[in-house]
Amino acid sequence: MSALRGRDTGARASRAGLRGRPGLVTDYARDQAIWNTPAKKAWTLALVVVVLASPAPMYLSRDLTSLLTTVFIYAIGGIGLNLVTGYAGQVSLGHAFFLGLGAYTAAFFGGESTATLHGLGLELWVWLPMAGIVPAVVGFAVAPLAARVRGLYLAILTLGLLFVGEHVFKEARSFTGGAGIGRAPAEPVIGGFDLYARHTVLGVELPRETLFYYLCFALLIVLGVAARNLARTKTGRAFAAVRDRDVAAEIMGVPLLKTKTLAFTLSSFYAGIAGALLTVVWGRTTPENWNLFLSVEFLAVILIGGVATISGSIMGAAFVVLMPRLVESLAPHVPLIAGRVGEPGLLTVFQLQGMLFGALIVAFLVLEPRGLFGLWLRVRNYWKAWPFSY
Amino acid sequence: MAIVRPLGQALPSTAAEVAAGEAVLEVEDLTLRLGGTTAVSDVGFHVERGELFCLIGPNGAGKTSVFNCLSGFYRPQQGRITFLGESLVGQRPDRIAERGVARTFQNIELFENLTVLDNLMLGRHRHLPYGVLAGILHAGAARRIELDNRRKVEDIIDFLEIEAHRKFPVGMLPYGVKKRVELGRALAMEPKLLLLDEPVAGMNVEETEDMARFILDIRAELGVTIILVEHDMGVVMDLADRVMVLDFGRRIALGTPAQIQRDPRVIAAYLGDGDAGEVGPPRADDGGEVRP
Repeated sequence: MSALRGRDTGARASRAGLRGRPGLVTDYARDQAIWNTPAKKAWTLALVVVVLASPAPMYLSRDLTSLLTTVFIYAIGGIGLNLVTGYAGQVSLGHAFFLGLGAYTAAFFGGESTATLHGLGLELWVWLPMAGIVPAVVGFAVAPLAARVRGLYLAILTLGLLFVGEHVFKEARSFTGGAGIGRAPAEPVIGGFDLYARHTVLGVELPRETLFYYLCFALLIVLGVAARNLARTKTGRAFAAVRDRDVAAEIMGVPLLKTKTLAFTLSSFYAGIAGALLTVVWGRTTPENWNLFLSVEFLAVILIGGVATISGSIMGAAFVVLMPRLVESLAPHVPLIAGRVGEPGLLTVFQLQGMLFGALIVAFLVLEPRGLFGLWLRVRNYWKAWPFSY
Repeated sequence: MAIVRPLGQALPSTAAEVAAGEAVLEVEDLTLRLGGTTAVSDVGFHVERGELFCLIGPNGAGKTSVFNCLSGFYRPQQGRITFLGESLVGQRPDRIAERGVARTFQNIELFENLTVLDNLMLGRHRHLPYGVLAGILHAGAARRIELDNRRKVEDIIDFLEIEAHRKFPVGMLPYGVKKRVELGRALAMEPKLLLLDEPVAGMNVEETEDMARFILDIRAELGVTIILVEHDMGVVMDLADRVMVLDFGRRIALGTPAQIQRDPRVIAAYLGDGDAGEVGPPRADDGGEVRP
């Protein structure tokens, strides 16, 4: 039973002494737990408390609440992409297509029917699961094609999927509103209660962003824990086996096609949920929103955050969403940066954002391929051994 | 005072499933052509329960090709492969693995980014009877099965003496340890037939002795039938019950190590023919290997 089953012939007495060592893990259940150290538990708890206590009308302004909501949604989408690209090693540039599919599925099930648009006007508990299931089914259908190729070829294949998808979105006017017009998002209503409206709870007036913020955070926790559980059990190991060495994976009894299909399906499910939530924050979305740039942004989330880590996906999402905003608010204090187009300056804020985005991806790939998660590991290991260097 | 359980208690012995003296594996008329080259030609042999069967031959003789046919990577053009009464020809590698055939590779094929533990747990993939959803919830049966299998994997780790490495990514480990991890991963599959492709290649004397001891222990404790491809003649002659010699894809000899050592065709294949015995004329398509 004990994890510390030394082969040493050391005396029993000394072993009894070692038993009391702080941080000693003596059973496998504790060793395999997600929060297997007190430090992890404390950090997670602190983070959850801060997030719960922050939104408007507490510390954050309304637009920062919205921005953080976007972080949660990007994290959900990022976790989805990490499942297929990070864990299973199947590069996907088609992630934006599944986000868009989720968004329009939600809009169809949740939006009202009008003269030009189809809609069922159902509540959140219908349209949110459907926004995951429909993209998952499409992902399942596409996967056998995608599973036949790998590497660059797969990247191009998924890129093709993205373009086909964009075209379909533009043409299916009665579902998407068509190019340049788009349609309003599904309403987040549960049992007649509109989450995206102003409410007064215990005499405190909550702005319309707050409840949706909590909803997205709750979904992130549920989907994040689910993905983490998946990653540390049979399926996650099968994904990693296919990524690292597909030949040996088959010899272990891991069926390649089935495993890759599962990765695409799950990833599309996460993407669909993220897409549906994203439209609620964005408001009206046109088919042009779900383009290659969005796919690249999600690739940046996992590359900057940390490939094949769940916490990395969340860090990456925070970074990708918050960085432009940070640049924007710092710009007025930096000389030669113009706050908006027309102002004198060497660069505009938007040019700077774009350049920083590209530069950071390059920097992470070269300097710390494990991303922000890797940086965190370095910091942690430094302090673990402090004041010694190893 | 090591508290190591014997391996036979951790993993079920496979001996009980096959009647003594019965052939575990029967190969008949196996022929494999890769493009213009005939890699394996009309090879037939059978391996009995609990036997340690060695496959030797000069470079390019077709030893690994035979392994690749057995584990389903190559589809032979001709011949039958019967494992415990079922045909393996044309089966997918993961199906063959499910039947109970495990193997290691000449050039280590481990999952480099995963820890030793995860690599071994992947060996137990087909022994984890829970679904994706159960895994996502990680409660009840899934959790219990994971822990039970962790215990089995830990017993293998103890057996192979790789405790210190269990949480390291395999890519960071030295060569000799990787070879052991790969053997452990194959063991974790609870194989009925274990195919070992050059398990002691590139090892020093001490590591070779360790590995030879592991192989003998595995057979003694679990009764696994083992087929071994090896170039180290010391190991082959000491370990093998029977030896089959391949040369240019053909079987040139089959017998006990003592018989093989005296066989003129084997001596000719390894040292050149001279007047020691008859060998086939060199073929134009044999590629690579030049005879002395």
